[in-house]
Amino acid sequence: MATNPMQQFEVYRIGPQIKIAGVDLSFTNASLFMVLSAVAICAVLFLGTKEKKLIPDKFQLISEILYNFIAKMISDTAGSKAKPYFPFIFSLFMFVLFCNMFGMLPYSFTVTSHIIVTMLLAIFIFIAVTIIGFLKHGFGYLKLFVPSGVPVILLPLITVIEIISYLSRPLSLSVRLFANMLAGHTMLKVFGGFVVSLGILGGWLPLGFSVALTGLEILVAFLQAYVFAILTCIYLNDALNLHH
Amino acid sequence: MELEAAKMIGAGIAALSLAGAGIAIGNIFSSYLSAAMRNPSAAQKQFPNLLLGFALAEATGLFGLVIALIILFAF
Repeated sequence: MATNPMQQFEVYRIGPQIKIAGVDLSFTNASLFMVLSAVAICAVLFLGTKEKKLIPDKFQLISEILYNFIAKMISDTAGSKAKPYFPFIFSLFMFVLFCNMFGMLPYSFTVTSHIIVTMLLAIFIFIAVTIIGFLKHGFGYLKLFVPSGVPVILLPLITVIEIISYLSRPLSLSVRLFANMLAGHTMLKVFGGFVVSLGILGGWLPLGFSVALTGLEILVAFLQAYVFAILTCIYLNDALNLHH
Repeated sequence: MELEAAKMIGAGIAALSLAGAGIAIGNIFSSYLSAAMRNPSAAQKQFPNLLLGFALAEATGLFGLVIALIILFAF
């Protein structure tokens, strides 16, 4: 029986150990759940688009809702210029959402509760957005750090603050998702521990809390995927439509 | 002071940042509710913004929690 609320985040090897050039590339439970969520996404979307009916069935409805949701989010936040980036943001949102949701199943593993996963996604987004910005505007992209309408005396200070806030984007983007998942799952397991330690007489109260918290965590799992995608859109908006 | 005790106290102080997150979340929902009562027809449109603000405010508090965990387990 698990006695430590942190034990659920343990990464262990499944199958044989694979070592290539001193780097451990073995198949772990983290990789298993990443593969599972990728397969689940493909399955849902494949079933949804197999036969395109006028009156959609369940899977087609899910696919259409997801498509419209993301398409509307992109056009609302980043404008029509961001349309070519729809596949990227859609796959990003679906991957984070399915990883979070698979984590809500009992005895499963939450891929996004590890900072290495979210940090890699965030650094990829950061580098991609920076490259897109420089490709679209050339060195004019640096105007992002010099807001217009600021008094000249304040300008050096504001520029430094803008640069720091730009560079801290990958950190805040990744830590937000990682901390939410880590804190939520730890809290669920701590309350689960209270049920056991309070026994049959006092355990009902934390059990009820556990049920309520599970509902909250499902909301948070969806919300964090949404926030991750919408912040990517906002960063893309900065790179595509330079306002300053 | 013992290092272990200092670590525990530090982690506890770092977790205080959740108070700020609590105030922020309460503020967001109360402003949304009072605005929605004044103009219910515009409320639906601002619901995504409400969720975005909620998630952003909650995450700010959780940064403090991460600092607490770093103090407890990484040092």
